[in-house]
Amino acid sequence: MFKKIVITLAVSTVAISAAFSSKNANSIQIKGSDTMVNLGQAWAEKYMEANPAEFISVTGGGSGTGFSSLISGTCDIAMSSRSIKPKEIDLAKGKGINPKEITVALDGLAVVVNPKNPVEKLTLDQLAQIFTGKITNWKELGGPDLKIVLLSREVNSGTHVYFKEHVLRKGNAGFQEEFAPQALMLSSSQAIADEVAGNTGAIGYYGMGYISPKQKAVMVAKTGSLEFVSPTMDNVINGKYPISRPLFLYTNGEPQGLVKKFIDFILSQVGQDIVAKTDFVPVQK
Amino acid sequence: MRKLKEFIIEKLILLCGLASILFVALIFLFLLKEGLALFKTILPKDFLFGHKWYPISEPALFGILPLILGSFLVTAGAAVISVPIGVACAVYIAEVAPAKLKEILKAGIELLAAIPSVVLGFIGMVTLVPWVKTLFHLPTGLTALSGSIMLAFMAMPTIVSIAEDALYSVPKTYKEGALALGATHWQAIWRVMLPAAGSGILAAVMLGIGRVIGETMAVMMITGNSAVMPASILEPVRTLTATVAAEMGEAVVGSEHYFALFAVGIVLFVISFFINVTADLSLHRKK
Repeated sequence: MFKKIVITLAVSTVAISAAFSSKNANSIQIKGSDTMVNLGQAWAEKYMEANPAEFISVTGGGSGTGFSSLISGTCDIAMSSRSIKPKEIDLAKGKGINPKEITVALDGLAVVVNPKNPVEKLTLDQLAQIFTGKITNWKELGGPDLKIVLLSREVNSGTHVYFKEHVLRKGNAGFQEEFAPQALMLSSSQAIADEVAGNTGAIGYYGMGYISPKQKAVMVAKTGSLEFVSPTMDNVINGKYPISRPLFLYTNGEPQGLVKKFIDFILSQVGQDIVAKTDFVPVQK
Repeated sequence: MRKLKEFIIEKLILLCGLASILFVALIFLFLLKEGLALFKTILPKDFLFGHKWYPISEPALFGILPLILGSFLVTAGAAVISVPIGVACAVYIAEVAPAKLKEILKAGIELLAAIPSVVLGFIGMVTLVPWVKTLFHLPTGLTALSGSIMLAFMAMPTIVSIAEDALYSVPKTYKEGALALGATHWQAIWRVMLPAAGSGILAAVMLGIGRVIGETMAVMMITGNSAVMPASILEPVRTLTATVAAEMGEAVVGSEHYFALFAVGIVLFVISFFINVTADLSLHRKK
């Protein structure tokens, strides 16, 4: 009886450890920016169609999550909608990881309001005042007498960080502007889209891939004297739209083997066509 | 041989018994080790009583007072809703309901406990949140009140089943004596049964509250998560648990933010420890 148990245990232990220890050489783990999850998955699907023996898994969590996984060695590629911070580079170097940045697409950040809201256009300055809590009512912007409900992403989002640095602080590292504490922190771009669709006083921001007829993207101008432009692919490419950003992949050192093959695929014509199809802007023509 | 077997099994169970204590101790030590590291750079006073939570700014601000108040506000709201309903429900099941209905009610309550919190959160988000928004003419329905209502559902099963046990364990003779003295059924329940089961009911309430304050998923989905000092229950709040859950993914291991989240964990641990001890004390006083 005892013997039997011991033997079963021993056999199963060996089997389990074998299953876990043989790290699958044919798979890549990709993690990070929620903005890029759909894009990453579209790439992975197309790539795996052509290379059925290889497996690529793509998960979100936010740009910060991607970096912390890359640093702790639990993913091969980190997706990010912001550049890596010096602090994160130091942490990575400390663990023997050498982050290498590759720009794979561009993204316009849309500022959205409910379609019933009459406000059509805003300047960067007004946006900064809205999101820092200095303007709190739509009537100050020519809209109805309605309290503004601020919607923001959680701090693990690259979109949150980008919006803070480039809209609230206008790209000036010395500025100390913060999101107003009363801003609602939602955990996904979809949650912001849903709340804007159902709330006439709400204003939020996200990658332009999430725009649907249920939200209205406001036209944005750098200053009042410049032209107001809407977040479209053309306006991002020609640089007219003021809130656009590059999207990155980060690898540990120069990409090699499977990772290199996958990144070459992304930068190829087929990969960049997928970028355009998922409502982002290609970087390679 | 038999003796040896007996000996081995005895020691094995002893080991299992000690294991749970060991695990708690290890978890607590880990929590302390990671959390206290924060206080090398941040004053405990600024942490506990600071009004601003901006964990990724330069310099970062780690004031968790709005988060503590947010947690308390949601919990207090949930208690106000769930305690009267829960205790009344327990009284009905234990004292009034006919046997058949009693079984149905008990099964229903157990089913309520089995609903995963993310499902409750989702249901709250699509049904309760718009309702709260229109009913109170609010700019947004993602408020502490929405969280309280949803969490009340989660606390109810705990409160009902433990309070019912407490009522059940009151000796039959108490009630019979009261009825024999001419008390009505309600008088017997209100004046005799409830006071006699008082400490057990208090324990039920405390354990229900303990369940609410540790709840994460549902509150994260429906309370709006804005780290502002709460002025009313009709405003968005951010709780301690939602903060840890929302930000842990981003925090790089070993960073200040990471230590701060563990320190939040210590605060939560201390709060729920006190709640559990209170519940335990009142349960034992009864005996």
